[in-house]
Amino acid sequence: MNRRLFLKSGSMAMLSLGFAPSFLGRAAAAAGARRKLLVAIFQRGAVDGLNMIVPHGDADYYRLRPTIAIPRPGRDPMGSAIDLDGFFGLHPAMAPLEPLWDNRSLAIVHACGSPDNTRSHFDAQDYMESATPGVKATRDGWLNRYLQVTEGGDPLRGVALSRTMPRALGGPAAALAIGSVDEFGVRGAAAAFEEQYEGSADRLLSAAGNDAFAAMRTLQQVAGRPYRPAAGVEYPNGPFGRALAEIARLAKADVGLEVAFTELGNWDHHVNEGAVTGQIANRLDEFSRGLAALAADLGDRLADTIIVTMSEFGRAVAENGNGGTDHGHGNAMMVIGGNVRGGVHGAWPGLGDEHRFDGRDLAITTDFRDVFTDILTAHMGVPRAAVSRIFPGYHPMTAPGLIRG
Amino acid sequence: MNRFTGFLAAAALTLLTATQSSLGARIPDPPRLRSGQAGSRSDATITHVLNRLTFGARPGDLDRVQAMGLAAWIDQQLHPSRIDDQTADARLPQLADPPDAATPQERRRFARRQVETLASAKLVRAMYSERQLQEVLVDFWFNHFNVYAAKGRTAIYLPAYERDVIRPHVFDRFRELLEADAKSPAMLFYLDNWMSTAVDRDRGSGIRDPQVQGSKIQRRGRAGRIPDPGSRIPVTRANAKKRPRGLNENYGRELLELHTLGVDGGYTQADVTEVARAFTGWTIDRDGRFRFVAALHDNGEKTVLGHRIKASGQDEGEQVLDILASHPSTAHHIAFELAQRLVADEPPPALVERAAARFRDTGGDLREVVKTIVTSPEFLAPEARGAKFKTPFELVVSAVRTTGAEVDDARAFVQTLQQLGQPLYMCQPPTGYKDTADAWVSAGGLVTRMNFATRLASGNMPGVTLPASAPPARELALKIGSPEFQRF
Repeated sequence: MNRRLFLKSGSMAMLSLGFAPSFLGRAAAAAGARRKLLVAIFQRGAVDGLNMIVPHGDADYYRLRPTIAIPRPGRDPMGSAIDLDGFFGLHPAMAPLEPLWDNRSLAIVHACGSPDNTRSHFDAQDYMESATPGVKATRDGWLNRYLQVTEGGDPLRGVALSRTMPRALGGPAAALAIGSVDEFGVRGAAAAFEEQYEGSADRLLSAAGNDAFAAMRTLQQVAGRPYRPAAGVEYPNGPFGRALAEIARLAKADVGLEVAFTELGNWDHHVNEGAVTGQIANRLDEFSRGLAALAADLGDRLADTIIVTMSEFGRAVAENGNGGTDHGHGNAMMVIGGNVRGGVHGAWPGLGDEHRFDGRDLAITTDFRDVFTDILTAHMGVPRAAVSRIFPGYHPMTAPGLIRG
Repeated sequence: MNRFTGFLAAAALTLLTATQSSLGARIPDPPRLRSGQAGSRSDATITHVLNRLTFGARPGDLDRVQAMGLAAWIDQQLHPSRIDDQTADARLPQLADPPDAATPQERRRFARRQVETLASAKLVRAMYSERQLQEVLVDFWFNHFNVYAAKGRTAIYLPAYERDVIRPHVFDRFRELLEADAKSPAMLFYLDNWMSTAVDRDRGSGIRDPQVQGSKIQRRGRAGRIPDPGSRIPVTRANAKKRPRGLNENYGRELLELHTLGVDGGYTQADVTEVARAFTGWTIDRDGRFRFVAALHDNGEKTVLGHRIKASGQDEGEQVLDILASHPSTAHHIAFELAQRLVADEPPPALVERAAARFRDTGGDLREVVKTIVTSPEFLAPEARGAKFKTPFELVVSAVRTTGAEVDDARAFVQTLQQLGQPLYMCQPPTGYKDTADAWVSAGGLVTRMNFATRLASGNMPGVTLPASAPPARELALKIGSPEFQRF
């Protein structure tokens, strides 16, 4: 929902979200010289969290996945899980993230997700991006509400590297969705176009147009010059790698970026998911090389950055009849940054028959909003009192303690 | 009371009265629409109807509809077989035949070309077909029953999918469309049902024991193997193992959530599993056609939405389709989606209810449901004008139509749609592309639209010739890239 539509249909309650006491912004600005950055990455299609962050210490995992389980850590590093803590391990294709684990810059929250039990991709993505599980009427995304409760109307505070505005970032606060920095420029009669949008009575399009032209002016200094990542950093080929490189580029250009969003799809492996090799391995390879490249490219800025990954729900614990997995419930999230408390967080509910959600799926012990809350308060400097405006109707259940104070 | 009530155009009222009194017959022309005195209001009404029931008005369309009478024109569009469309057909790019024996690499290359040709054909049809409402609805229903061309063999099944499954049924009964879709190789492949089989009873609920797997498959004999669609490679023990048997819920869930009842239509996880069981054995044969293979079917009894379904082979799936097509949630879901496409992102609830009632009363006659919507006062109310935001596809096609440009090669538009985030036939999730402004309005998207406008207007799109009468490039670019032109 874009901001003008939002305003047009706004009830008092919704409108009140749009006005933030200015002390919030001032507090955030004073907190540090360099801006804090949050990079949110959505794995659309429901990644199989159990083959991504492997519970190799849980015998039921192997019982229920006779053909697609990732073997226990062993001598063959390419053919078995990479052990993390004696119970969990990384899929072997995620080896690029091992250095981040070793230097305690990678935190994992397992058995994490939404209290809503929908197994619909569409609804579950919607609930995670609006961060209001079970409530479809929410007009804006949680990242947009972060922008609303903090100060500043610059559209470059929130940028999605995607061709359409993702639900998580859409809403009344100015934000951008762009394919790439270099594509983002009007050729031809730019001034006349700008005038048209500025003067338009169509408030929805006028607002989006104004954001576009304002952002274009700032980006003029960035665009046009080819971007060179830090020495030795290689992003994976393809749109995901390119999007991450653009995020690093914007972060380093100091254009005021606070929240960035991008996504990687094709995780819906109902058939031939594969195990140490195959479909999921190929996706995790691109995913992990991308995350590792972004972390390396950000260099010392990683100290001011949190990268968080999410997916709408997990997949059934037992493999299905086609060497794949059907829609499930709990999943794993990853949090990467210079200031995270490395390790695997969250209580493990177990995969035994009596512990599974609806008798089939990984149960949830951490609400995904607890992870978001931790990041917003401990990293982005949002006061506790403002959290209820970003996650309306929610009271954090657990404090995962993902960020070092 | 919705916000559309009370803004009834006189013309709309007249048309509505005329329509209600002549169901099934040709709609008589409302006299007001023909009267010269109706002037700008009837022009605005006709422009609005052209915007929604076509991919945008061409030069001269307004006069043509004026001359014919709006109601007669709508009625004609509701019966596309009465419209000669040879001129548009002659423009369509030709599809190549799939390679007979191909390496995976050759197959991928073929699939890419196939999708590009199909996308070009879809663009050309939308630009030039006289059966505009049919093509608007083909776009709508393809998206409703979305498949993704880049998944496996889907691209090979795609031409027949749109031509034989979607297009012939857009004015048919929903049950016919649903069945054609359920039996289409494209859908069977895309949502994995072709591989979904009975769960081995001695293996428990979908949990297989690797030690017995090999021997099980060996014992099963030819009849029990899933045919490899389109492949002449004989099933051997080695490749049979690669295709383990068992239930796959993918189609069952999307059939309920997306194709029929809607996500809040009142089904449970148990219904999803039971529906999936009923469709076990619905697969694709080696010639790439639908086939029911009894040996793969789960012969237990099923309960779907409270209905007991006795073991009866293929008929179980047919019964499920009956239950779903006649369910009130389906009527509401389809009525809502059509009203959202044709009227407004948040369609007036009273209109959705009337369209759903028409669906129920006519046994899901889609022509009648569409007619109910497009002859409603809500559709014709001034509030509905310009209330929709064009998807990228709607934008590029309407830009060509408004200029009267000649497009000999539509591939440049295929590229533009990729840049705008709507690559044709390449929407990966089963939900299809969204049809609401919130999904498509973004700063980046507007910039790409402005650049497209400039490129088209300055004659820089390869394969496109602007008419001599076209306005100067700058003027035309500013029109196509304007906020007003993004709406319809």
